[in-house]
Amino acid sequence: MMQRKWMLIVLFLMAAALPGWTADDLSAQGPVIDSGDTTWIMVSAALVMLMTPGLAFFYGGLVRRKNILSILMQCFMVLCLISIQWVFFGYSLSFGPDICGFIGNLDWMSLKGVGAAPSSYAPTVPHQAFVIFQMMFAVITPGLIAGAFAERMRFSAFCLFSVLWATLIYDPVAHWVWGAGGFLGTQGGLGAVDFAGGIVVHVNAGMAALAAVLVLGKRQGFPESLSPPHNLPLAVLGAGLLWFGWYGFNAGSALAANGLAVNAFLVTHVSGAVAGLTWCVLDWIRFGKPTTLGMITGAVAGLAAVTPGAGFVDINGASWIGFGSGIVCWLAVTAFKARYKYDDSLDAFGVHGIGGIWGSIAVGLWATKTVNPNGVDGLFYGNAHQFLVQVEAVAITMVFSFVGSLILFKLVDLITKLRVSEHEERVGLDLTQHREAGYTIID
Amino acid sequence: MKYIIAIIQPDRLDEVMRLLTEKEIHLVTATNVMGRGRQKGIAEIYRSHKEAGSLLKKIKLEMAVNDEFVQPTLDAIKAGAYTGQVGDGKIFVLDLEQCLRIRTGETGNVAIG
Repeated sequence: MMQRKWMLIVLFLMAAALPGWTADDLSAQGPVIDSGDTTWIMVSAALVMLMTPGLAFFYGGLVRRKNILSILMQCFMVLCLISIQWVFFGYSLSFGPDICGFIGNLDWMSLKGVGAAPSSYAPTVPHQAFVIFQMMFAVITPGLIAGAFAERMRFSAFCLFSVLWATLIYDPVAHWVWGAGGFLGTQGGLGAVDFAGGIVVHVNAGMAALAAVLVLGKRQGFPESLSPPHNLPLAVLGAGLLWFGWYGFNAGSALAANGLAVNAFLVTHVSGAVAGLTWCVLDWIRFGKPTTLGMITGAVAGLAAVTPGAGFVDINGASWIGFGSGIVCWLAVTAFKARYKYDDSLDAFGVHGIGGIWGSIAVGLWATKTVNPNGVDGLFYGNAHQFLVQVEAVAITMVFSFVGSLILFKLVDLITKLRVSEHEERVGLDLTQHREAGYTIID
Repeated sequence: MKYIIAIIQPDRLDEVMRLLTEKEIHLVTATNVMGRGRQKGIAEIYRSHKEAGSLLKKIKLEMAVNDEFVQPTLDAIKAGAYTGQVGDGKIFVLDLEQCLRIRTGETGNVAIG
């Protein structure tokens, strides 16, 4: 009893020590805030939040029984870790006042001065709504990388890597593309467009995934004697949640409840559908049977690929983007991976990396101002320059993310070993990293 | 004809199967089982409470072999499942009275292999 009282006091003191929001911030709420826009951003943030558990189930169903919890745990861990990183300094590094086009400064640390008044990023919603919406992107991106090193990474190394990666790789890239003054984006930069995170999220996470694969190496038994995915229905559930959440991811990135958001919603859905279908048909032709895993993987690839263009392309462009992503990601996963035998365990690079690269470049082809007057025209609408800009931005991000992640993995490996022992890998991460088992045998 | 039952650690299954295949012993039935011997092993933690006295996960391998394959089978399982730790498991060898292959109706030694 005594102990509990002390814990309450400690908790209270911790709460009191946290930065508070002053009354000034709240009273700054002006008439420019649109309640419809604000509602949509809050709902979208919640939708995108659901993608992280969705990803956990998608990945979790694909690993072996002994590793299911390790995947779910990694995803929940980034949800907790990066959310905290984000409010205290991640947001400020990404979107705070610019330093040389490269990164935000720390003026908005602990969300100082970031209150209910709108920001330049989203003029009709409270600044904090933008913060929480963007937080969910920062959360899921390190989660995506987990697909590359599944079933063999030590949990403590994972935690350390995720925080470092979010801070040193994600935050700068988010600033380059989306931050005011960022050197790649449209707000004083090169002019590369990325509506909802094709470059920032998918190219970025995909290249980190490739670095992970090279540093950590293959799982024991890869590729000859690995068990198949232990629970495909779980993976289908995860893919469904991802698709559902993607409406928030892409349509929410309009940062308003308007026609542009609806366009993003529609083209996102179309691209996912076309890519799922494309992958399914390719499986059917090449391997004789349409597979469940192929279909859901294709859908995710299509959703990832349309992410950068959701606010710039129409359904025609989205169909081509979806179709193209189905083909290139299918080739990456079935042919390229099989040929070079690298163990990108759950195809984080093959689907998100390749899909993101394809989609981010494809915006430069199919973007049109008929969809978004504030947007850009692509090559097929008479603006070849945009295509080159997209290629340049993708290439810069690829190199930065790959090299940076490679260095980070090596660094973390020096501090605390990256990979579990051979024995631990055979027993499984659930039991060795968490002392839990996902399933019982006897009721 | 003998019937061999082996209880082994789950993480040794791959190695045991590899060695069995090496000795051309292909017919085997594997089951997930729970059991306990003298091993204390890694106990699970459920909401911070260590589970006491729980059964541990094991793999049970069963195979019917002709007499000349008994020793190679034992060797393969022993080599594959051995770690030197408590809990490596046990192998039981039983006399097998009859064996019938359902598809052809063959019985005895020819039906096993």
